[in-house]
Amino acid sequence: MNLPRFLLFFWIAIILGGLSPAFADLGADTNKLSLKSTKTKILAIERLVASGDDQAVAILQAFLVGNLFVHTLDKTPVIGRPSPEGYHIKSAVNGRDLGTVKKTALKKIRINNKLRKIVRGALGGLTLLSPDRDLRLNAAKSVFKSHDVLVIVLLEKAILRETDDHVLAAMKRSLAAVQATNSTQTAVRLSAIEQLAAYTDQDVRTVIAEIVGKEQTSEAVDPVNPVRIAAEKALSGIEARLKIWGYVASIFQGLSLGSVLLLAAMGLAITFGVMGVINMAHGEMVMLGAYTTYLVQDLFKIHLAAYFDWSILLAIPAAFVVAGATGVIIERSVIRFLYGRPLETLLATWGLSLMLQQLVRSLFGPTNQEVVNPSWMSGAVEITGGLTLTYNRIWIIVFAILVLALVTFLIKKTSFGLRMRAVTQNRAMASSMGIRTGWVDAMTFGLGSGIAGMAGVALSQIDNVSPNLGQAYIIDSFMVVVFGGVGNLWGTVVGALSLGIVNKFLEPLSGAVLAKILILIAVILFIQKRPRGLFALKGRAMEG
Amino acid sequence: MIKTLKVLAGAGAVTASLAYGTASHAADTIKVGVLHSLSGTMAISETTLKDTVLMMIDDVNKKGGLLGKKLEAVVVDPASNWPLFAEKTRELIEKEKVDVIFGCWTSVSRKSVLPVIEELNGMLFYPVQYEGEESSRNVFYTGAAPNQQAIPAVEYLMGEDGGEAKRWVLLGTDYVYPRTTNKILRAFLHSKGVSDADIMENYTPFGHSDWQTIVADVKKFASAGKKTAVVSTINGDANVPFYKELGNQGIKAEEIPVVAFSVGEEELAGLDTKPLVGHLAAWNYFMSEDSPENAAFIKKWHRFIKDDKRPTNDPMEATYIGFKMWSQAVQQAGTTNIDAVRQAMYGQKVNNLTGGVAVMNTNHHLSKPVLIGEIQADGQIETVSKTDGLVVGDAWSDFIPESKKLTADWTFPWVCGNCEKPVHLSMK
Repeated sequence: MNLPRFLLFFWIAIILGGLSPAFADLGADTNKLSLKSTKTKILAIERLVASGDDQAVAILQAFLVGNLFVHTLDKTPVIGRPSPEGYHIKSAVNGRDLGTVKKTALKKIRINNKLRKIVRGALGGLTLLSPDRDLRLNAAKSVFKSHDVLVIVLLEKAILRETDDHVLAAMKRSLAAVQATNSTQTAVRLSAIEQLAAYTDQDVRTVIAEIVGKEQTSEAVDPVNPVRIAAEKALSGIEARLKIWGYVASIFQGLSLGSVLLLAAMGLAITFGVMGVINMAHGEMVMLGAYTTYLVQDLFKIHLAAYFDWSILLAIPAAFVVAGATGVIIERSVIRFLYGRPLETLLATWGLSLMLQQLVRSLFGPTNQEVVNPSWMSGAVEITGGLTLTYNRIWIIVFAILVLALVTFLIKKTSFGLRMRAVTQNRAMASSMGIRTGWVDAMTFGLGSGIAGMAGVALSQIDNVSPNLGQAYIIDSFMVVVFGGVGNLWGTVVGALSLGIVNKFLEPLSGAVLAKILILIAVILFIQKRPRGLFALKGRAMEG
Repeated sequence: MIKTLKVLAGAGAVTASLAYGTASHAADTIKVGVLHSLSGTMAISETTLKDTVLMMIDDVNKKGGLLGKKLEAVVVDPASNWPLFAEKTRELIEKEKVDVIFGCWTSVSRKSVLPVIEELNGMLFYPVQYEGEESSRNVFYTGAAPNQQAIPAVEYLMGEDGGEAKRWVLLGTDYVYPRTTNKILRAFLHSKGVSDADIMENYTPFGHSDWQTIVADVKKFASAGKKTAVVSTINGDANVPFYKELGNQGIKAEEIPVVAFSVGEEELAGLDTKPLVGHLAAWNYFMSEDSPENAAFIKKWHRFIKDDKRPTNDPMEATYIGFKMWSQAVQQAGTTNIDAVRQAMYGQKVNNLTGGVAVMNTNHHLSKPVLIGEIQADGQIETVSKTDGLVVGDAWSDFIPESKKLTADWTFPWVCGNCEKPVHLSMK
């Protein structure tokens, strides 16, 4: 029995039996963590774990997050936390408070990925029986890929005691994985593989594929290897199910991309689709919305730090107002003189887009601004192991639906919407009925720009907030509106979603660059066939 | 001494026939061209380098200038527009008559500058890690060649400390640097016994922002039962959404480490790095390195830029080394004449900010240490592996058969950037 194995065994004995250790030298072992050789460090971690001391857990946790230091004067290990004056340190050996020191008095004990994994696994072993539910859950997950036979004993013991269903499920999953990989008994391995075969997630697939790989190399010894056969069967089952989930994931990703396109294009569907203004500065309205988000977040950081997570909700109306007001100004000062002259409008708005970009560049600088994702938009939800949906994408889909509902309501159900439709359908008639057409034009353009600003809030969550933000979306927006059919909001919706989904199904096959080119070609061909897009407007509206 | 003379004489034979590009310029100042994008997709990275050059110029001027003359910066904005780089180079040399240019980030911009700078016999200091396979008489490469960055990083991930990766994902932006680097890496991986089935290569356009599919694909590729690592040559601001997606989809560095060659402290500044702890970067410099030179440099930078939060990064160090070498060479040559300064460049030594001494070799590449670091929760990168000595920058990769034969050496008897035999022997 070699030394580490012996120590591990001892550790099990301590945890299970509650022995109190009296032999470990925490200080010396902790100092070894700062040596160069990885082997020495791993041995030191094992010794710390074997000590069973509560302080050892504190040391390893500090090591994990980068709070473990060596004091440069007396070379003793300390646990430090950053404070305004430097670092507030405690002795690593006994937890005694040592006051505050400057950063230069400490030398950090650095960790790398390999050690991080070992420490996580070891801490997992130590906290499997912890009274804290979340700690146990983390522990159960972190021993999943353990290659230590002794973890089996620990897990079995923990499962007997466990009362929480969620934690229990995680423990059983980990137990099956460790047994399938490491057990010495074929029967145990087979039943574990059978259990694993019921899961549908990438981690289990990794474990099973590892087993298949290993057993295939030992094929020469045993031509009819039951473990290999069982594992291969399990693997093909898991892969088939993962493939189906893969399609679901692609549809979600397509919807998500589609909703981004929809948000970006919806404003344009009004300014270009309804009013017929070729607005090349549309992308810059999106960019203004993103910068407004940045400013609102900045204000929250200074004045309302506690409510920072909700800053984005305030940013939505703010972005609408800023971009909308800019739109009204642009319409009144430039575009209204150019109605019916598309080429001049195109050139004028293009010039405006360059001016707005340069303005933002001069005000905020050319580099990206940091817009933080609020905590409720970070991370992901695992539907099954095979399907992970990120929160920011989910919220953007929801947001797109809300904005769409709002715009539809505004156009179909309000008196402003009625006037807007009247002016676009027959300007002269509307005017003679007493509608101030100029005012309606300005408001319509403002509405389109405001919606673009709201899209900017959403885009700031997934893309860079830079002066060039808008340029990246202008082509896509025009493509969506033209493809969907000018003057038709539903066309824009269908156009955005179908382009998004097709893109996401093409991307894995052809690569991102080619997918984009293929879609452009497809849209060009489609426009040749149906110049008015998917949903062409009929009747008098088109004569305008 | 005799050797130096011989070198000078040899180079002189070739250069004598060429017109001097810097015939006349204002006598009272030495003009330094700065050719970095201040707008467009690369502005995030390049603006800092412009400021670094300005800081170095400021520094020299405070100490009385060079050869008794003040330095004068001529800043132009090529706006991340590759053909514009060539136009701006011509403007700098022909119209502004600058004596040296510091500039470019992407390889495509450097490739666009090359014909102009060679035609007009200018001098460019290129401060960014790149794909190698090049050595121009008119360019000094102070960033890392593949054997000073990509190869050591992959070797680290293959090794015991890096997690013994067996499967590789090569992600890159679609242009010359990632494609060439990945070609070299593929050849290197083959030489280490990795089969094509275990390599996935994927390219995305500049400024790509929807990384859902690709990150999900990486996850899938990694679940085939072998330890997988990702090598990222994604450039510019596409990195921000890429890392956001990595964090959101929960790809942990312990499971699938991502090593990046174009992501430094500056790019991480706009990001929440807590979900990214442990992902790697390979460079020749990290801001977190502990040395007196580095501490002084960071202090000077913060004072110059008037912001204590601004990070420093590897291309800044490369700019610093290049600038110092150029000023030493000008001093040694006693003139700003391009050909004289070029001869004086060979063998110039400057202290690295991370310790040790960088040396300019006759292939126009530096000898530098290689550092591999892990991203920390505070946005810094901490070294986890450092080469023992200096690594000599290799213009032509040993892992591509047709490049292996080539030599770059701009001194006698070679005087060539891509020859199989010395020019001066074959001409006889």
